[in-house]
Formats: sequence, C-alpha cells, structure tokens
Amino acid sequence: MRFYEYESRRIVERAGIPVTDYGFATTAAEAGQAAERIGGPTVIKSQVLTGGRMKAGGVRFADSPEQAEADAAEILELEIGGHVPVGVLVDPKAEIEQEYYAAVLWDGRAKRPMMLFSDMGGIDIEQVAAEHPDHVGRGHLSNLHPIADFEAKQAVARCGMTGSALNRASAVLARLARLQRDYDMTLAEINPLARLADGSFVALDAHMEMEDEAVGRHKPMLHEIGVDLDEPRELYEPSEFERNVKAIDAADHRGVIQGKDHGFHGDLGLVIGAGGGSLTLTDAVRSQGGRPANYAEIGGNPSVAKSKGLAIEVLRKDGVEKIAVMMSIVSNTRVDIVARGVIKACLELGKDPAETIAIFRIPGAWEEEGYRILDRYGVEYCDRSVSMWEAAGRAVARVQGDRTGSQ
Amino acid sequence: MSVLLHEDFTFIVQGITGREAVNLTRECLDFGSAIVGGVTPGRKGREVHGVPVFDTVEQVVEHHGSAPDGAVVTVPPAFTKDAVLEAIENGIGLIVVVTERIPRADVAQMVELANERGARIIGPNCLGVIVPGVAKMGGIGGPARDAAKAYAPGPVGVMSRSGGMTTEISSTLTAAGLGVSTAVSIGGDAIIGSTYAELMPLFDADEQTEAIVIYTEPGGRMEAELVDWRERAGSELPIVAFMAGRFMDDEEMQGMSFGHAGTIVEGKEDSATEKIARLEAAGIPVVERIDEIPAAVKQKLGAAA
Amino acid sequence: MHGTFIDVEVSGAAASDPELARKLEEVCPVDIFAAAGGTVEIARENLDECVLCELCVEAAPRGTVVVRKLYDGTRLER
Ligand code: SF4
Repeated sequence: MRFYEYESRRIVERAGIPVTDYGFATTAAEAGQAAERIGGPTVIKSQVLTGGRMKAGGVRFADSPEQAEADAAEILELEIGGHVPVGVLVDPKAEIEQEYYAAVLWDGRAKRPMMLFSDMGGIDIEQVAAEHPDHVGRGHLSNLHPIADFEAKQAVARCGMTGSALNRASAVLARLARLQRDYDMTLAEINPLARLADGSFVALDAHMEMEDEAVGRHKPMLHEIGVDLDEPRELYEPSEFERNVKAIDAADHRGVIQGKDHGFHGDLGLVIGAGGGSLTLTDAVRSQGGRPANYAEIGGNPSVAKSKGLAIEVLRKDGVEKIAVMMSIVSNTRVDIVARGVIKACLELGKDPAETIAIFRIPGAWEEEGYRILDRYGVEYCDRSVSMWEAAGRAVARVQGDRTGSQ
Repeated sequence: MSVLLHEDFTFIVQGITGREAVNLTRECLDFGSAIVGGVTPGRKGREVHGVPVFDTVEQVVEHHGSAPDGAVVTVPPAFTKDAVLEAIENGIGLIVVVTERIPRADVAQMVELANERGARIIGPNCLGVIVPGVAKMGGIGGPARDAAKAYAPGPVGVMSRSGGMTTEISSTLTAAGLGVSTAVSIGGDAIIGSTYAELMPLFDADEQTEAIVIYTEPGGRMEAELVDWRERAGSELPIVAFMAGRFMDDEEMQGMSFGHAGTIVEGKEDSATEKIARLEAAGIPVVERIDEIPAAVKQKLGAAA
Repeated sequence: MHGTFIDVEVSGAAASDPELARKLEEVCPVDIFAAAGGTVEIARENLDECVLCELCVEAAPRGTVVVRKLYDGTRLER
C-alpha cells in the first residue's frame, strides 16, 4: 500500500520522529489558513500518488497566506500523470543547515531489513551510493531480537558522522527502524532529513510503503491517520475489464481469477492459468506473433460461474473474436469445470464455442471428463503431449487465419 | 538417493482438518508418504484418513516417540508464523509452508529462527517437495495417480518458483525419458525459506542428480545468488534455466505487477533480460520454451559424460 | 428443467421425503438441492456447478437420484 506524503508525515510523526509544523488542506481556503498559522514563507505541495510533482508544477513557494491560497487553488486543479490530487500539503520553508538520507528496507538476499543512512541527503541515494560509497552507512537488523539503539548508531557512524549530529540522527534512524518493523513497511524512507540551525533534526519528506498482505493487521493505525481503505491506490486507473473481473472474483470464494489489460491491445483473448503458467503462455503467444488482448490468471479451482465470468469479460473486449484457454498441467483446478465455464460463456454471448475457442490446452485433473465436454461442442483441444508453446502457436495461427481470411 | 525426502521420512500436517489439507493428506498417503500425525488446535482425538489429530505438535512428538522429520503447514496466514515456530521448537527439521499471502516480516522471522535451530523451511506459497517413486510432501503433482504420471524417477533435479510449472517441467522431462530425482516448488514470494542457491549444495552432493532445471521469473535477486554460489563452491553440476515473463520487459508493462508477489519488478537489475544475460554468462543456458528443456539437459549430460 | 451440462432427477416419492430433502441439501457441495417445505427442490442455476462427486447418489435410496451428464449421455446412479 502506498501512502500520500501527508499520510507518511503522520506515520513518521506518530513514531516520535520530529516533523515540520505542516498542514494538510483539501481546499484553497484551508491552505491559506494553514499558511497563516505557520507564518512566513511556505511550500505548497500537490498530494498525488505519483512522482514528478516538481516538474509538473505541483510544488510552489508562497511568501504570504494569500499567495498560498492562490497557489493551492491552481495545484488542486492540476492533474499529474492522470492523477487528481487529494489535497495539498502546506509546509514552512525551513532554514536548513544540512540534508541527510535515512531509510529502512528489505534486503531480500539477507532476508533481513537493512538500515541506510547518508549525510548526503536530498538527492538520489543510488547516485550517492555509486559516487560516494563511503558516505552511505548500512546495517542489517535481526527479525527476532529487539532493535537496539546502538545498531542505528553504528549505521550512522559508518557514513563518517560524529558529534551531536551523530547522536540526534541515530535516534531518528532507530525510530524509523522500529516503525518499519511495527508496521510491515516494505520501504520507510526520510529524504531529506534536515538538520536545522538549532541543531535539531526534522523529517522534511517521508515515503512509506506498507506490504499489502499486512494491511489487515494495521487497520487501527491506518484509521487513526485517516486512510480510506476503500480507495484503490493503483499505479494507474483500473480499466472496465479489470474492474469487472475483480468484481466477479470477489463475488464467489471458490478459486481465484485475475485479469489485466493495461498495456495490452491485441485481438487474442487469453483465459490462462496460474502465476507461472500465465507468464509462460503470454510469452509464448507474443513470441509467435500473437497479440494478446489481456493477461489473466486462473487458479485454485474456480467455479463454473467464475471461469464463465472471466471468459465473457475477455470476449466482450473490443476486437476480440477468439479466446485461447490454456494452462500448465493442473492438479487442483479441474479441466472439466473450466471447459464448462468457457463453453457457457460462448453460448451465453450467442457464439459458437468451436469457432470462438481457438485452442483449449489444459491437461491434468479430470482431463478425460473435460475432453468429453469439448468433443461434444467440437472445440479444438490438446493434451500434455502438446507443449504450451505449440498450443499458443496454434491459437495464434487460428486468429491470423481469420484476419487474412476476412481481408 | 534423492534430496530432502527419503524412504523412511516421516512428517506431520499442521492444519490437517482444513479442506485443502484433507485432500493433500489423502494424496500424500496414496503416494506412499508416511504421515504420522496431524495438528489442529481443539480437534484432538479425530482422524483424517486414518491419521490421528492432536492439539499441539508436542503431543504428536510424544505419540510418535520422537520428533518427526518434517511438517507441512497449511493454516491461515495469520496463524502460519506461530505454527512454523511451534514446529521448529519441537525439533522438526524440514518445514513446507503451503500458505500464501504471509507478510514478509513473518516469513523472515520463521527463517531466522530456523537458521538458529538448524531447521530448513521450503516456501511459503509453494506446493512442496516430491521424490518420484518414494514420497511427496505437499500438494505437488496432485492426486497420487496424476503425480506418478508426471514424475518418473530420473537424474534431473527441478527447482521452481511456480508450483504448477514444477509439474509441467517434470512431465516434459518424464515424457522425454529423463525423469526427476527430486522436484522442489520453492515458492514465489519475495522472501522464501530456501532459494536455488540454498538448495544447490544438497543436489550437488546427491548421487542421483546429474543436472538441474530451474524455472524462474522477473523480480528478486535469486539468480544472481545462484551464480555467485556456483562460482564460490566451484560446482560443476549442469544447470538449465527457463525464464517466464519476458514480456514484462516491454515499455508498456513497466511498473505493472504480474504473477506472484515476488515478480514485482524493482528496476532494471531484476528484468528478465538482465537475468538471462547473467545466467548465460555463467554457463547456464536459458531456453525460451519448456519443450526445449529435455534437449538442453541431454546436451549438458552428454558434455559431462 | 436442466443446465447446459448437467441434469439431476429425483424420482417421484423420494422427491417429497423431507428427511431425504434435508440430507441432499447437506451433502451437495455446490447447493444444487434445497429442502423447501419438506420436498426436494433443485436449484437450476447451480446445476452446471455439479462436481460429479456422487454424494447425492450415495445419500439417497437406490435408484432415486440420478445425475445425467448432458454432454455425453452418461449417468451417475446407483
Ligand atoms: S454429484 Fe455431487 S455436486 Fe453433483 S449434484 Fe450430486 S452431490 Fe451435488
């Protein structure tokens, strides 16, 4: 789960990490009031779940509450990369002595969280790591033992820091590490972390991402900071196809279906199965000149109704005349149940299954029963002796035959 | 011989009264596995296909007279970590975690404790382990009759991030007359108990295994780890790889997620193209089609002979 | 009244046996049977979900419940 900047700010604040005296506003008037309260020059920042705000004009500097209000009015109307802002963050323009970088994220290879700290903050950390490796301090954390303060101090000291800055920065990093663990963050990052003229540290910008699988156990915290759990927060706006498939999946607990069509513009509908099988089959279709209309995943032995629902949605897509129904050898999902589902989809749409299903290649559980159903409707099918690659090729050839035939 | 399982291997099923677990128990028993007990808290005294059910792992150990060799864990995500810790602390050495959608921190905790106690975890989000003709631990291959059809004993070890593709690949090897020594569905999540590199020493030391096939996907850094291990260990066991999800390198697909949680691409380092280049540079051929695997394996075996 | 692939028949007297109706409702994993007011009611919209488990055939007296596979003409019965 991704968070808006203002939500990340609240999360960091709750963890005891100092932040600026910021304000979150959903209207221009509120933004003006926040600027008034803060006093002095402010920064107005668009709240969107996408990068590139600065370039798009979503960040502005205001000298007065009036200007803050005017800037906020414009930013609230400004779409960035297709995203409409949910509000603006009003921040005091801080007097900064130095910028730092602090983060805690997963190191998949070590299977442990890793702390990162740098005294060169505000810029891209990858660039710092490449050009000034001695300015990046690192430290792994145990998953089992309590996080000790000295571990954070070591990581900060490893980037060459000392003095009171070391102690103050270490306290921030230790809190960030505990926050990452307590709230299942896949990324907990403060960039920049600023040292002000009085020597204190404040988080100027924070970026948090919570693991989707863990959202359920953090509802109280999410509620407290005002997160709307029904908001989709996708990287892009889901299409009608994607929304419909999701609704069909949610309506019935038997089995799992997923469908995506973002980035797919082809004419061959795919009703394909399981994570690995779906990836393999999509490659096989594309490598043989096929143009998939969608991506799909079927798993966990879905009901007839669910398989039918997915097939109908795929067949309803513009330009899709045929579907390929393919999976790697199944041991849980049943061949006959999927066969019933896809044939029913054709019949309900008034289409001939024999014409509409370019190929049916699902070997495995209940295959003999499935083949009897496919025989009855004259659907072309194959068993495990025909590879996934060959089956995909046959589907592509049938669609291409149609295309040349109709020209 | 084989790796992980053997003729006398005993295991338990945690969460044995669940719907999927009941099926899995039937399948494993039919395939010849020795399931010596099941655990579902509050259901002590029941039986599942003749397997006695207990409230705690401790009770099964007592009933069995010693700690069984393994445990299959198939309980809901919120209870999985606790079930795995219970198995580890009761002296169980091999734990197959079937459950999916477990938060990474829970997995990392289980793995860290397993390392401290000298236990091994396979999964989560996996179908388990199968030694053709001997035993299977988990739903891998499905019902015994189907599993026997796809998995014949042979010289090739299989490791796959996709459970379903483990069987597709093994079936292809079986049809080509090669067969499988041990197949492991390692799981598709970002953090798993046993990676390719962590299982390689077992296959490397196994007399039956003459070659390895891996199925892999974009995401993670497990291939880099495998290549590093191979160099460090000086292993000459031939490996053939199959890479799915090449289409995700396409411009239009950037930033999208497909397949397992672990296939979320986190930048160029993890792209399919990058992985293929890395593996091939290390002498591990990456085939484009599953049906090309047997020929690639035979070529490697021929070269080794 | 049948589905596209499956039809289920409960013969005359058995169809109005409240005990059997309750039993069938309980055994069928895909809710094809409902015990409505003492008689066996068949949920038509669920017929095609039949998983051919034969639990209904086993639960009923010999010859009273028949599951017909419309795609190949075969039957599950006892
Ligand atoms: S065979 Fe099974 S699924 Fe079909 S109607 Fe009978 S009980 Fe229901």
